[in-house]
Amino acid sequence: MKLVKIDKKQWAEGLESLKKSFRLLGPVKEDSYYSFKALKEGEQPDFSFLNTRLSPKSLLFPQSEAIVEYSLDERDEDHHVMKAIETDDSPRAVLGIRPCDAKAVTLVNLNFDTSEYKDPYWVKALAATTFIGLACDTPKSTCFCTSVGCGPYHEEGLDLLLADEGETYLVKILTEKGGNFLSTAGLEAVDEDTTLFDAKKKAAEAKIISTIATDNLKGQDILDLHEAPFWEDISFACLNCGTCTYTCPTCWCFDLQDEIHGKSGKRFKNWDSCMFPLFTLHTTGHNPRGTKLQRVRQRFMHKLKYFVDKYDQGIMCVGCGRCVNQCPVNIDIRKVCALMNDHKVDEQACAVQE
Amino acid sequence: MQNPYVPYPVRIDDIEVATEDKSLKTFKYVFLNDGDEEKFSYQAGQFAELSVAGVGEIPIGIASSPVEKGFVKFTVFKAGVVTSHLHNMKVGDIMGLRGPLGNWYPWDFLEGKNILIVGGGFAFTTLRSSIVYMLDPANRPKFGNIDVVYGARTPGMLLYKNELVEWEKRDDINMHLTIDAPAEGWEYNVGFTPPVTEQKAPQGDDDTYAIVCGPPVMIKFTLPVLEKLGYAHDHIIMSLENRMKCGFGMCGRCGIGKELVCKDGPVFTLDQINQTPREY
Ligand SMILES: Cc1cc2nc3c(=O)[nH]c(=O)nc-3n(C[C@H](O)[C@H](O)[C@H](O)COP(=O)(O)OP(=O)(O)OC[C@H]3O[C@@H](n4cnc5c(N)ncnc54)[C@H](O)[C@@H]3O)c2cc1C
Ligand code: SF4
Ligand code: SF4
Ligand code: FES
Repeated sequence: MKLVKIDKKQWAEGLESLKKSFRLLGPVKEDSYYSFKALKEGEQPDFSFLNTRLSPKSLLFPQSEAIVEYSLDERDEDHHVMKAIETDDSPRAVLGIRPCDAKAVTLVNLNFDTSEYKDPYWVKALAATTFIGLACDTPKSTCFCTSVGCGPYHEEGLDLLLADEGETYLVKILTEKGGNFLSTAGLEAVDEDTTLFDAKKKAAEAKIISTIATDNLKGQDILDLHEAPFWEDISFACLNCGTCTYTCPTCWCFDLQDEIHGKSGKRFKNWDSCMFPLFTLHTTGHNPRGTKLQRVRQRFMHKLKYFVDKYDQGIMCVGCGRCVNQCPVNIDIRKVCALMNDHKVDEQACAVQE
Repeated sequence: MQNPYVPYPVRIDDIEVATEDKSLKTFKYVFLNDGDEEKFSYQAGQFAELSVAGVGEIPIGIASSPVEKGFVKFTVFKAGVVTSHLHNMKVGDIMGLRGPLGNWYPWDFLEGKNILIVGGGFAFTTLRSSIVYMLDPANRPKFGNIDVVYGARTPGMLLYKNELVEWEKRDDINMHLTIDAPAEGWEYNVGFTPPVTEQKAPQGDDDTYAIVCGPPVMIKFTLPVLEKLGYAHDHIIMSLENRMKCGFGMCGRCGIGKELVCKDGPVFTLDQINQTPREY
């Protein structure tokens, strides 16, 4: 691991020349919010953002992605045979991803890259991508990354980590991929000692004042939490709008849908949400999560209990605060986590499962 | 890297109406490409996604048995969009198969054990696969007594009737077929599956396992009967259903707690199910 210093003007020029060998994706301001977009000729990423409204998970796991195609025209020799859609796996780089969102990629990877099955669309996109993180010196009041195994200078999932320092970036080279990126850009990097970087990191971490406790989650009993009395209150105001799951960098659920145009068609992988009743509706009309309470409970139980038990890698949340900021009725995962973490089964009451 | 979303292309080789009300049809498929049948090698109890270009995919239990070669069979109830479309398809049509998916009845573990099978309605598909597997001359010596309780509304609603009649004649399997109400020419049991199970099924013991598959109401009334007969919860094996899409544990919808029915199941013991939220 090496720390270097790069002049901002040079950095911008380097990016421009990189566009020949990399697809560059970075934050761009649209109306009043930021989102990750492919940067056009001459376009620079706008690093004056706190965080993007939607997470950059869509760069690897698009909201809608064609995965399979086929012809329905009986005159074609291979009509109705379903074939994988070729993907563009040329090198790309995500510029300015926040450390929380980069860690989220490593969590979602647990779902899409397993020993038994691999989602080739995710796996190939991930392999083709270099992640250039942007450390957070001015976190939002809703950021709680430091208490969920992450932080404003967290390095997991990143190839390079940039810290803004006046006219320069302090750049931590974390992987070979990151080193290649810098050399391809032909950037003149001056070696730098870590004093300033470490001080900035400490200062940034101290600014994160929102914290949650997760230490008891693992020891809790699944059925006790599932039957806990607080779900009614938590879910009362929820509109099941799905904003929380769509904006979350760690939510990975999806749907598969066919779409046909004339005599050809494609199958798409689309984001889906446990907040929607159709997600689990059986054809018979029976719905195992037919009520709002059941769906809200599923979201939090998945993030804060099932995931914890299944992977033993902490909770399925990186503390980005998006769901807290954007929920129209102010449902706050930090409060829910506290209820779950502190839950004690009332010895008097007998929690009988139906 | 194997792409789990891409189905093997198959041709419909035969379609058979399976019940008198025509609500179920059995589809026989052959693989279009050499080698795909071997890649699809499966165990009794697994399912597959039947994939129709332009329409969608449905999870269906594999009704043929691993000991039957050259084809795979599924029996499908006409229920909604994809199943209705399938019911209108013809012999020769091309579609796709993804799988085999999910776990299976624990055959290795069940060796040397007595097996009680309880099935109801059209949930007899993977049970048929299992019976054909156990009755195969190479496998029959591996198992103790085999009892089968299978009930349907009427004689015409029983699946795989010709085979049931053949099995009735054998002395290495005890068949207990039943229909809801007396019918002309019916020479077997009359009554719902749970009471017939109570009368005819063997007592539970350490070496006897029950595999139960059927509509929710049958399950609800059969479980207490099995308990009464002495079957422990870890001796009762069930196959669950949930709405599914991917079938291989990624899309997230079929979860019951931390278990995914498509990948960690669909086969669970009652003991395991008791430890999960009952979201199925
Ligand atoms: C493990 C397992 C084994 C099973 N085994 C069997 C079996 O052996 N035999 C059997 O008959 N059944 C079996 N089932 C049940 C079977 O999977 C369902 O009956 C079947 O999926 C119903 O599909 P459908 O398209 O007809 O129903 P629908 O409810 O119409 O739809 C199912 C899917 O079609 C799509 N769809 C439906 N409507 C729309 C719409 N309006 N717009 C867009 N998309 C739509 C959706 O993607 C939806 O998820 C099994 C289920 C499981 C989980
Ligand atoms: S954003 Fe809020 S209201 Fe919308 S589904 Fe999520 S918790 Fe419910
Ligand atoms: S704070 Fe909310 S949106 Fe952000 S990772 Fe956690 S659950 Fe997802
Ligand atoms: S069907 Fe996709 S996770 Fe089970």
